[in-house]
Amino acid sequence: MKLKTFKLGGVHPPENKMTADIPVVPIDIPKRVSVIMSQHLGVPAVPVVDRGDKVKVGTLIGEAKGFISANIHSPVSGTVFKVDGVTDATGYRKNAVIINVEGDEWEEKIDKSDTLLKEIKLSSEEIIQRIKDSGIVGMGGAAFPTHVKYMFPEGKTADTLVINGVECEPYLTSDHRVMLERPDEILVGVSIMMKAGKVDRAKIGIESNKPDAIKILSEKAEDYPGVEVVPLKVQYPQGAEKQLIKALLNREIPSGKLPLDVGCIVNNIGTALAIYEAVQKNKPLIERVVTLTGKGLKKGGNFLVRIGIPAKNLLEKLGEEIPENTGKMISGGPMMGKAINHLDIPVTKGTSGIVLMSEEESKRNKIQNCIRCSKCVSVCPMGLEPYLLEKLAEKDMFEECEKEDIVDCIECGSCSFTCPSSRQLLDHIRYGKQNVMRIMRERRQQ
Amino acid sequence: MSNKLIVSLSPHEKGELSVEKVMWGVVIALMPSFAISVYTFGFDAIKVVLLSVVFCIGIEFLIQKFMLKSEVTILDGSAAITGILLAFNVPSNIPWWQLLAGSVVAIGISKMAFGGLGKNPFNPALVGRAFMLASFPVEMTTWPVPFSNIWSPATDAITAATPLGRLAEGGVKALGAMTDPAVEAVDYIDIFIGKVGGSLGEISAAAILIGGIYMLFKKIITWHIPVFYLLSLAGFSGLLWIIDPSKYADPLFHLIAGGAMLGAWFMATDLVTSPMSVKGQIIFAVFGGLLCGAIRIYGSYPEGCSYSILIMNAFVPLIDKYSKPKRFGKEVNYG
Amino acid sequence: MNPVILYSVGVLALIAAGSAIILFLVAKKFKVDEDPRIGEVSEILPGANCGGCGFPGCSGFATALVKGADKGDISGLACPPGGNETMTAVGEFLGMTVEESAPTTAVVRCNGTKAKAPSKLTYEGPTKCAIAHTLFSGENSCPHGCLGLDDCVEACDFEAIYMDEETGLPVVIPDKCTSCGACVRACPRDIIEIRPRGRKDRRVWVACMNEEKGPIPMKNCKVTCIGCAKCFDVCPPVANAITMGNNLAFIDGDKCIACGKCIVVCPTTAILATFEPPKPKPKPVTEEKEASEVKK
Repeated sequence: MKLKTFKLGGVHPPENKMTADIPVVPIDIPKRVSVIMSQHLGVPAVPVVDRGDKVKVGTLIGEAKGFISANIHSPVSGTVFKVDGVTDATGYRKNAVIINVEGDEWEEKIDKSDTLLKEIKLSSEEIIQRIKDSGIVGMGGAAFPTHVKYMFPEGKTADTLVINGVECEPYLTSDHRVMLERPDEILVGVSIMMKAGKVDRAKIGIESNKPDAIKILSEKAEDYPGVEVVPLKVQYPQGAEKQLIKALLNREIPSGKLPLDVGCIVNNIGTALAIYEAVQKNKPLIERVVTLTGKGLKKGGNFLVRIGIPAKNLLEKLGEEIPENTGKMISGGPMMGKAINHLDIPVTKGTSGIVLMSEEESKRNKIQNCIRCSKCVSVCPMGLEPYLLEKLAEKDMFEECEKEDIVDCIECGSCSFTCPSSRQLLDHIRYGKQNVMRIMRERRQQ
Repeated sequence: MSNKLIVSLSPHEKGELSVEKVMWGVVIALMPSFAISVYTFGFDAIKVVLLSVVFCIGIEFLIQKFMLKSEVTILDGSAAITGILLAFNVPSNIPWWQLLAGSVVAIGISKMAFGGLGKNPFNPALVGRAFMLASFPVEMTTWPVPFSNIWSPATDAITAATPLGRLAEGGVKALGAMTDPAVEAVDYIDIFIGKVGGSLGEISAAAILIGGIYMLFKKIITWHIPVFYLLSLAGFSGLLWIIDPSKYADPLFHLIAGGAMLGAWFMATDLVTSPMSVKGQIIFAVFGGLLCGAIRIYGSYPEGCSYSILIMNAFVPLIDKYSKPKRFGKEVNYG
Repeated sequence: MNPVILYSVGVLALIAAGSAIILFLVAKKFKVDEDPRIGEVSEILPGANCGGCGFPGCSGFATALVKGADKGDISGLACPPGGNETMTAVGEFLGMTVEESAPTTAVVRCNGTKAKAPSKLTYEGPTKCAIAHTLFSGENSCPHGCLGLDDCVEACDFEAIYMDEETGLPVVIPDKCTSCGACVRACPRDIIEIRPRGRKDRRVWVACMNEEKGPIPMKNCKVTCIGCAKCFDVCPPVANAITMGNNLAFIDGDKCIACGKCIVVCPTTAILATFEPPKPKPKPVTEEKEASEVKK
């Protein structure tokens, strides 16, 4: 059978999914956690607790501010030590609530039991309100507040819910493990999301390198009307929403538009689980599955981590040190993740994995002249010309960049990955894109 | 952990490809043709190819080291390709100093003067050949008879007409067979495997095809340029052949004779001087094939392949400007 | 005479005459009336087209000057590279009075040299501060410090800034600097400031932009301003040039009298000057080193 995939561009980086067979284990709660207030895309949350306040697991500590923003709840119980800046993954300081841990006492309203609750009692509006209250954001990495996706603008409707179980990033296995270990919860979560979005079909896209997840989810999906599991050919960046919709439904999101414009809502597998827990168990988003992996580690792992726990605790749980020849540490996958400065950074809602790369793996190759091989053009999933955008952006020719559709770039990195001359294509394109977006914003304001 | 961590923007993963792999891949793909030329012309073929490669690499080294005082990148394989291709475009008995002059033009003027690898608008080997053809027309069009003096250095050139030469001189009658039984017929099988006179690398279409398929397999080139170039050449010559078979040669002859194969697979596909988008590559190849046919049939030169590619090289910036790849989400038709 | 020659000459003459008529008509039709003064003012201006005046190029500035002169007001218009000399000349030509402005120069408000703020990370990517700034806080982890990737050097049209290889920081050559402000706009961290050159080229400034409380930046950089306000306390009341805000001291270049007292008290040596500061026991300063930035 020919598997579905998106047509334009795409690459196939080595998968290196070494932790796919390792079950998820919870991380012990340390003495102190730092919960950053800007864990999501959009406006940072405003702290609503202060030094000395007692908090329980699930207590609201940061309130959403503005339309695109998300609530933040305490992942531990204890006393607020202070509200102060902590250095995040990039070295800049972000506002955070630092909590001294005392015991593990949960808010009473949270159902801590493991029983599967299939029946959906809430109405569509109540579900969306619950998603919003629980501070749920996209768990794929971009951390876009989920409730915003379900608040349709006037006149817009959706007909399909697209669930992203692709996990096209190399190394990462957190979504894969969630699908294997919590399939029922995910499917109930998907049903809840269908109700919230008022759609009657859902398609779960999973790449064919996860046959066990495809098998278990397709078998169980038979009990859930409208839910279909679609195996996809392995190709990067299939997890990008535009490419995923193209692969599953053969619909193309017009440039500058959202999935809703083609009648789709796109959510991640991890988000489905978080929504299940929020709606059925009343549990806000306080923990997530994080993959810790790297070729230098004896054995990586998948961990259930409370938000705010430092990343180095994952390594301690494995009983390992940072390998001697580590050259780069990445939060997220190696294609789109961020290089981090140190392992003291707290886990956030968007941390899908920590990848340690050796020095040889992380050093970039020597930059050579562009040999015009057109590899970057052929791999670009958006049909752009990265070689041209690089030159234009490097020379600050932003008007020309705009004409060449630089803002359509999804920053997947396929061009830089594939370039035989190791040119820094995406670095320059990102710089150009940021400037073009700024110019466009200024123009709109005038 | 003692070393400093590296911080950079994504992607952090890097691909397998490198300039060296691409370039040396092309060199490997040229080896079957080299083997055939050695089989046909013997020691001279080895001498000419080696000399040409040494000249090209040497000139690039001298320019980078002493004129530009920049980093020396002679081992990336691009100069070697130019050298081999230049040698493939000349007769096996070419004097060494003419080859040196051709190499100076190819590397010095056509490549390094424009800024080195990746910056040259014209294929260096073809510029070198065009220069040599203009400067030394006699030596460049006097081909030794195949298998005449295989393992002894060339003495006097014993000329053998190439199939295209026969066509240009005597019209389609000279190719023999059907029209005039008195003329020895040109055997297509001989032309295909390379038992004919001609420049070093262009004699055997079969060997070039093997190299081309190797490059396709290694994903160094895409199929668009060679296939469309040959199709359009065959289409143009075929149309004329259908109109008047007694006056024009058939398309199969045009495909396998002369430098069309070498040009289509190795010169037109030159990464640096071909368009970037698939659409552009097809335009480039189609017009290249038409030009090649037109020069062969109506021009005064028997062979038009190299000029057709050079002319199309000049149009590449224009083609690039007006043949953008299909953007995702720009011309949307969903439903 | 050969008729061919006659014909040729005749045809060419006809073509020439025709072209001349067309040229004449076109020139008439598309004539642009421009105030001749604009061209002459442009002649006076330096012609660097640096954009420091806020107008697109020198001719744009000249147009603005002429328009301003017609309205009787050219105050607020100044040519940074040309300085007072040029503006006086322009004023004379337009018959306007031009107010003198104090000469200014760019200063780099960061002293996190490679030795004092050692790098803990290696940056890989394009040599462009604007790109590195979006990525991380810098090789030395200071989110307010100089990234050392040449954006200001690239921006300067007058070769007035160069990168000191030893310190990894940009250095301004005040005699070449025209205060056009290109480097100020280029710096993503607002480290470069245009300040008055000061009397006899004596100026003092806080070479730090850090806004965090003391102990945090001290981990990254030994010469950071920790906001202790000691300089604020010693600044003589006649000057009253120092203000505190966001854990950072700021010296107002217009008010500063370059007494050098603050330089001596600063516990982290975050205040730099272009002259040798007085020794702890105050005595009159006589010697001065012109145009060289001497660290305390």
